[in-house]
Amino acid sequence: METALKTENIEKYFYDPVRFQVLHHVGFEVRKGEFLTMAGKSGCGKSTLLYILSTMDTDYSGKLYIDDQLATGKTLDELARIRNEKIGFVFQFHYLLQEFSCLKNVMIPALRLGKRSVEEIEHKAYQKLEMLGMKEQALKPANKLSGGQQQRVAIARALINDPLIIMGDEPTGNLDSKNTQIVFDIFQELARTNNQTIVAVTHDNDFAKKSDRTIEMLDGRIIN
Amino acid sequence: MSGINSEIAFTYINTNRKLTAVAAMGILLGMAVYIFMNSMMAGFGKMSDDSIFKVSPHIRIFNEQKISQPIATDTHGLSLLVNPKIRNTQNTILNPNRLMDLLKRQKNVSIVTPQVSQNVFFNMGMSQLSVRAVGIVPIEAEQMFSISESMVEGKMENLKHNLNGIVIGSGISEKLSLKIGDNISVLSSKSVSRIFKVVGIFQLNNKKEDDSKAYINLMAAQQLLKENNAYITDINVNTTDAYQAKYIAPQLAALAGYKAEDWETANETLMAASKMRKIIITFVSTTILIIAGFGIYNILNMTVSQKINDIAILKAMGFEGRDVIRIFVTQALVIGMIGVVLGVLVALLMVNLLQKVYIGGDIGYFPIHFEPLKFVQGIVFGLVITFLAGFIPARKAAKVDPVSIFRK
Ligand SMILES: Nc1ncnc2c1ncn2[C@@H]1O[C@H](COP(=O)(O)OP(=O)(O)OP(=O)(O)O)[C@@H](O)[C@H]1O
Ligand SMILES: [Mg+2]
Repeated sequence: METALKTENIEKYFYDPVRFQVLHHVGFEVRKGEFLTMAGKSGCGKSTLLYILSTMDTDYSGKLYIDDQLATGKTLDELARIRNEKIGFVFQFHYLLQEFSCLKNVMIPALRLGKRSVEEIEHKAYQKLEMLGMKEQALKPANKLSGGQQQRVAIARALINDPLIIMGDEPTGNLDSKNTQIVFDIFQELARTNNQTIVAVTHDNDFAKKSDRTIEMLDGRIIN
Repeated sequence: MSGINSEIAFTYINTNRKLTAVAAMGILLGMAVYIFMNSMMAGFGKMSDDSIFKVSPHIRIFNEQKISQPIATDTHGLSLLVNPKIRNTQNTILNPNRLMDLLKRQKNVSIVTPQVSQNVFFNMGMSQLSVRAVGIVPIEAEQMFSISESMVEGKMENLKHNLNGIVIGSGISEKLSLKIGDNISVLSSKSVSRIFKVVGIFQLNNKKEDDSKAYINLMAAQQLLKENNAYITDINVNTTDAYQAKYIAPQLAALAGYKAEDWETANETLMAASKMRKIIITFVSTTILIIAGFGIYNILNMTVSQKINDIAILKAMGFEGRDVIRIFVTQALVIGMIGVVLGVLVALLMVNLLQKVYIGGDIGYFPIHFEPLKFVQGIVFGLVITFLAGFIPARKAAKVDPVSIFRK
């Protein structure tokens, strides 16, 4: 069994306004091709943990391995490269570049990676948008879309580089049940056939139950 | 990779056209004023140098008058020489023809011409006027000082053909009401009196020169001093590049064994004034360009704050600090480039228009010059300033911590 992601004894404190430990002794492993969900009540530290897993937050103690490589202690530029290549991220609040078209938004991580020609990338971006039912809106600027539409574009963007791990902070938080089902199916498909790994924070019990495994958090600890 | 960075930069420029235009306008004005002021300064400088070259050779070689020194050194604390004085016999140049031949063969030397200067009196009935009579070789002096250009009456030619001819300043002509063809009695310090005929009147618009200078033939000057034709007080030298004169002068001094004074040293006060002017204009024009830089800096700072969300997303997707810097520096440089190009065009237009403005009098056309060097300087300087003005906010953008933005 290959691991996609592993944490060892992660602790994190916030110092403002008072010293406060958000994460206690977090250690778990996610295997490649696994569809993992994280649940827990609001404020228990799910987003904070996800930012650490995504390598964006480096202010913690403990160890983080991505694809069997120690990510902890790497430089910001090295981490940026890991993110670009291996991690696709869907934020809690849809975060698109407002002045760019949906298509361009989806293409940007691949253009940054620079492994394919622009034509290939564009073709691929259309495919991803189609999967999420957003092909018709491809050329619309992002700021002309509804919240749910923006979220679907953000999901398409997270998939563009075929990342090892797709992380989502409530990736379906803005979607109706039909689209939630579509996203769930896409994630499951990616995990089963592409061996891609999904780590998704969710408040949706159904969504969590249907996933391969659910990690439950309480006050910064993994309880299950 | 760099393609996407500039694509993002251009999208920002395009979607914020107003800001871009305002920032570019600032650079445009700064640029135009910088080039314009410097071109004007160059024009003034050239005008002032040109007027100096009408009276000063690039290098003047002469025997400096020294105070007499005792031949033996005193050993008992007694002065061996009481009341030392300048010895007049010393101010000539020995063997001038050989020296002039030698000088002519030096590289960078274009004209070498002898001169004998003396103070004389013009006697005209009751009035007497002290005049500096300069004995010259007319053809060579004409090449050096372009005397013809400032002749208001008569011709330089006539001096060449008439040993008793004299060319006088317009001030002298007024004071003694002398006209072309009039005779004037000249008395030298050696008590030689001789009649000269006015063959030309010059006007340099330099009161000192116009009121007290006269050109005569070299031989006439020597005769007034009761000297033979080997008597030369100055050798005037022009170099191929006037601005090299100060470096060539010491070489010639060593070669000749006499003092060699370059025109910048000879006109110290004028040069000091021009240096002051240069400093002030450079300071003011540079300040203006820097202020324009602050304009870009402000606008880019604003853009960075506006785009802080975008920056966080880009970093989350794997853009490195240097990519973010490139995005914003590209934006600054494009704005800078637009401003610089338009600024140069405006400067060209202003210089062109002013060149055609006739001021009249001694100045003639407005003294402004296309100085390619100043244009290049302005362009380089403008781009460097925009680069810095873009780099500082860009570096700030590169340091944005995405997590702190997403948490908000
Ligand atoms: N920048 C911060 N400084 C101090 N405390 C913070 C900061 N960010 C978050 N916290 C605190 O850390 C805890 C965990 O926050 P986090 O955003 O991870 O919760 P969450 O599980 O994602 O909640 P939600 O389900 O509402 O998104 C909360 O108690 C929150 O108040
Ligand atoms: Mg959260």
